[in-house]
Amino acid sequence: MHVTIRLFARLRELAGASELTRQVPDGSTANDAWQALTAEFPAMADYGRSISCAVNEEYARLTVALHDGDEVAFLPPVSGG
Amino acid sequence: MLPVSEPATDRSTISGGYTDQMRPSDGGHLVTAAPLDPAAVAAQVARSGDGAVSSFVGLVRDHNAGRNVLWLDYEAFAPLALKAFEQIAAEASEKWPGARLAIHHRTGRVAIGEASVAIAAASPHRADAFAACRYAIERVKQIAPIWKHEHFEGGDVWIEGATADPSDEGARIAALERACT
Repeated sequence: MHVTIRLFARLRELAGASELTRQVPDGSTANDAWQALTAEFPAMADYGRSISCAVNEEYARLTVALHDGDEVAFLPPVSGG
Repeated sequence: MLPVSEPATDRSTISGGYTDQMRPSDGGHLVTAAPLDPAAVAAQVARSGDGAVSSFVGLVRDHNAGRNVLWLDYEAFAPLALKAFEQIAAEASEKWPGARLAIHHRTGRVAIGEASVAIAAASPHRADAFAACRYAIERVKQIAPIWKHEHFEGGDVWIEGATADPSDEGARIAALERACT
């Protein structure tokens, strides 16, 4: 299945793109997509314990199952205000 | 939540010079690349039963961690940020019945001295307005999907603070404690 990956701030810079489309195995979780992403962009691995994720514009746990066409966003630690 | 007043005829702008495309969400919140208007945010939340509006305006300052800051570039995941603002407002109205919040946040380049965030909290009583306003900025810093890219003399750096987790009760309680001291 295909998922759209959205990246922000330094993660966006490390990937060189704010949006990627990737194929992941059926039954993949958000964490599976994250692991595939860090294999592709090893510099992102440092964020493993500090990222948040959102699926289809709602905060979600990394354990959430993805579905074909989902948009999963990976968020580095935030600094608004 | 309905705004207090709507321009009767001119739909192209609202108070403060925000254009129609930058209208606040139904909940009164906004993520915008346009300059913020704190007075408009305050006017937006106040109703006839309110005795107080407390406002907070966050400014870009010229120094941070020993660096001379030149400007900040703000990036946001806007649709999720608006949902985070809605959650913060709901939490505040549950804690302080009758309190209402509006949260407006800048994106893009923000110069030294300009407002990066403007929050207004309205309530029948001033103590709740103050507390809800403080609570809101603490929660924005915890859970809003917004990032500042600091440009300083000699370089630039992404500022990374809290891992955003809207369901983290410990963080929510810490924000409450700051708001109530």
